[in-house]
Amino acid sequence: MPTPSRNWREIPQRYRFEAGKCKKCGYIAFPPRVICPECRSREFETVVLPERGKLVTHTIIRVPPHPFADQAPYAVGIVELENGLKLTAQVVDIEFEQLRAGLPLRVEFRKIYQEGEAGVICYGYKFVPV
Amino acid sequence: MEGIIGYGAYIPRNRIKVEEIAKVWGADAPSYKKSLMLEEKSVPSPDQDTITMSVEASKNAVRRARIDPREIGAVYIGSESHPYAVKPSGTVLAEALGATPEVHTADFEFACKAGTEGMFVAFGLVRAGLIKYGLGVGADTSQGAPGDALEYSAAAGAAAFLFGRENVVAEVLNTYSYTTDTPDFWRREYQYYPQHGGRFTGDPAYFKHITGAAQGIMKLAGLKPSDFAYVVFHQPNGKFPMRVGEMLGFKKSQIEPGWLVPRLGNTYSGSSPLGLTATLDIAKPGDLILLVSYGSGAGSDGFVFKVTGLIDEVRDLAPRTRDLLEKNKRYLEYGVYAKFRQKIRKAD
Amino acid sequence: MRDVAVIGVGMTPWGELWEKSLRTIFVEPALVAIQDAGVDKVDSLIVGSMSSGLFIGQEHLASLLADYLGYGPIPAARVESACASGGLALKMGYLEVASGLSDVVLVGGVEKMTDVTGNEATFALGTAADQEYECFHGITFPGLYALMARAHMEKYGTTRRQLAMVAVKNHLNGSKNPLAQYPFPITVEAVLNSALVADPLRVLDCSPITDGAAAVILAPLETAKKLKKPVVKITGLGHATDTIALSGRKDITWLESVYLAGQQAYRMSGRKPQDIHFVEVHDCFTIAEICVTEALGFVDKGKGGQAVEQGLTSIGGKIPVNPSGGLKSKGHPVGATGVAQAVEVVKQLRGEAGDRQVKGARVGMTQNMGGSGGSCLVHIFERQ
Repeated sequence: MPTPSRNWREIPQRYRFEAGKCKKCGYIAFPPRVICPECRSREFETVVLPERGKLVTHTIIRVPPHPFADQAPYAVGIVELENGLKLTAQVVDIEFEQLRAGLPLRVEFRKIYQEGEAGVICYGYKFVPV
Repeated sequence: MEGIIGYGAYIPRNRIKVEEIAKVWGADAPSYKKSLMLEEKSVPSPDQDTITMSVEASKNAVRRARIDPREIGAVYIGSESHPYAVKPSGTVLAEALGATPEVHTADFEFACKAGTEGMFVAFGLVRAGLIKYGLGVGADTSQGAPGDALEYSAAAGAAAFLFGRENVVAEVLNTYSYTTDTPDFWRREYQYYPQHGGRFTGDPAYFKHITGAAQGIMKLAGLKPSDFAYVVFHQPNGKFPMRVGEMLGFKKSQIEPGWLVPRLGNTYSGSSPLGLTATLDIAKPGDLILLVSYGSGAGSDGFVFKVTGLIDEVRDLAPRTRDLLEKNKRYLEYGVYAKFRQKIRKAD
Repeated sequence: MRDVAVIGVGMTPWGELWEKSLRTIFVEPALVAIQDAGVDKVDSLIVGSMSSGLFIGQEHLASLLADYLGYGPIPAARVESACASGGLALKMGYLEVASGLSDVVLVGGVEKMTDVTGNEATFALGTAADQEYECFHGITFPGLYALMARAHMEKYGTTRRQLAMVAVKNHLNGSKNPLAQYPFPITVEAVLNSALVADPLRVLDCSPITDGAAAVILAPLETAKKLKKPVVKITGLGHATDTIALSGRKDITWLESVYLAGQQAYRMSGRKPQDIHFVEVHDCFTIAEICVTEALGFVDKGKGGQAVEQGLTSIGGKIPVNPSGGLKSKGHPVGATGVAQAVEVVKQLRGEAGDRQVKGARVGMTQNMGGSGGSCLVHIFERQ
């Protein structure tokens, strides 16, 4: 159940794929963090994550959680971006049978879910085949 | 020189054929296909809407324009299917592009003309010298009432245009607008589907305003149909743009490159804008292009563009519209289409 | 620090307990444990429960349960580590006794999961994952473990049948456990034919939604020695965390938190994997049991599937895993699981496990895990 503020706070990550790069050791934090878990530095700069990557592994969700009730079945995967960072997201615009480890993907802006008929619409990133 | 510095399109991959819709409603598919000159239309996935398509089309426009999005001074989305009744679509697009916070945003509405309205105003601000770059987008995920004639054509798509003063790809030579109060097609607040005046939507509406705007802008510009390499009209079905083109003295070959509707459907606010992107994909330096949109209610915006030498450099920096139209298509059955378009009544 | 022993255990039948509220569900086995320990006072109560707030709108849980326990205005605390809440409660209880702060500590775990719809329960369980970067995208717990399963199958050749065999083994064990939610055997075919939940995991790969509780009484070892029951001492304890999001792990087929917690417990107890006679692990999904047996060092990396296929982890095998029936057959009232694992281990070490008895059991281990491996508690128990 999102409140407007919770979703709004993540906009730089969800809309623009912004991450934090540790100035000292180069660790990429997505979402950005206060302190680097590798070197404990507190200084980060904003970087934009690469748009392309490949599928590491995936599953097809057939029993969805409530906000996604109408969307099932849908594919969710772990995607490794070109810079090595891994993240979790839906993979769309592809037949389930074609999903395989190593599949090249690129990011696309999509609607993630909406809070019923009257609530806020949450947008974010999904992946589509290249 | 001011004009288009980047353009981009987005078309969802789902399609539904006229036969599939006709089958469910017991209608005669061949006669619809013939009278509408339409074979299939695009259908948005449940995770796509006017905003998501505008973002992708605009990113393509930015790719072709090769600019820093922070310098975009105005962002306008024109649509008749803005996701919110109150809360702008344009702000989501502006955030997604990174144009915020120094940017002017407004949502435009004027039935199918909303897209060219956004373009009209974005261009105007650039011409006035008030902003460096302006973005005008036409996008829709329009609804057709089940079983109604419009259900065969109501489709989804988006086209985005960045206007600027440097590195112009298509110069704007003239603009013109022709408007009257003509209730040919409308939707009242809280109604789910629009209504229309049947045959009244023809001569007194579409044809009157398109010919009014086309003749008006050609007179203003001192040009005749044969001066143009291409012309793009609003495309509610396959037949209307061909007929109005013929009435005005244009040839089929001038209309065809931008004539997407037979396999795309009517993308409403995206209709003539998408036709323009497809035309720019194949235009040559020096070509003159006439764009005349139409929005019910009613009005038409006209633009005369002159393509510059830069077109060959930028055209392939983003996907071509015909590729988006023909590649990676997925055909839906009516049941899935109805589910995607939320035409099925569910429990609260 | 004093040595700590388990002097009493209590558990009542688990299942969909429509007639019982959370308070009742908790107090009944707690009283069984108190009676089993033969104590007439309780110094402190530690309760493990993941989400009474989301399931029944009840926070301030430990105080509520201390009141309903009826043993006075004792200090009470609720601890949470998602599905490892029970194991964490055990650690906290251990610390209170070891430090000398308390002499009799009641450690209980409880969850009441059936007062909400299936979708709401899925949502509540999903709070153990990264809300903004996993759940926001529509992943569920079966989905996270399905990602792990597919990756494990592709990397090590683990098969769909091997996953099913974990469920079959645990049901066979659980069929001998009168307190289990589903005390009946199942076949590999039944697992393979059950409905898909998140490919490749099916309904029968997943632990159920359960109401239930369990309790143990902890006391100093000296106290235990004076009682007439076999003395069971907690000799090893391990606790570790990991990235909460599965995508943040270096190797998504490896449970690093389980490995680290296991290593700590082995080090503290002076034991190695081959010294452990049996283990109760966190089989929230069949793949979890396979990955855990590897991380605890009972089998080599990647060989967990083969191990179950070869019968190594059956009762009577080289390293019996989940003689109680595991989460799959016994049930998984989230916060209670870690404590119920301890109850089974103590019963086994006392020789009270009936048809499930592991012969010659003197050293037992519990492994309780939160989320997709974001936290793990491991305890080693030995009969003195």
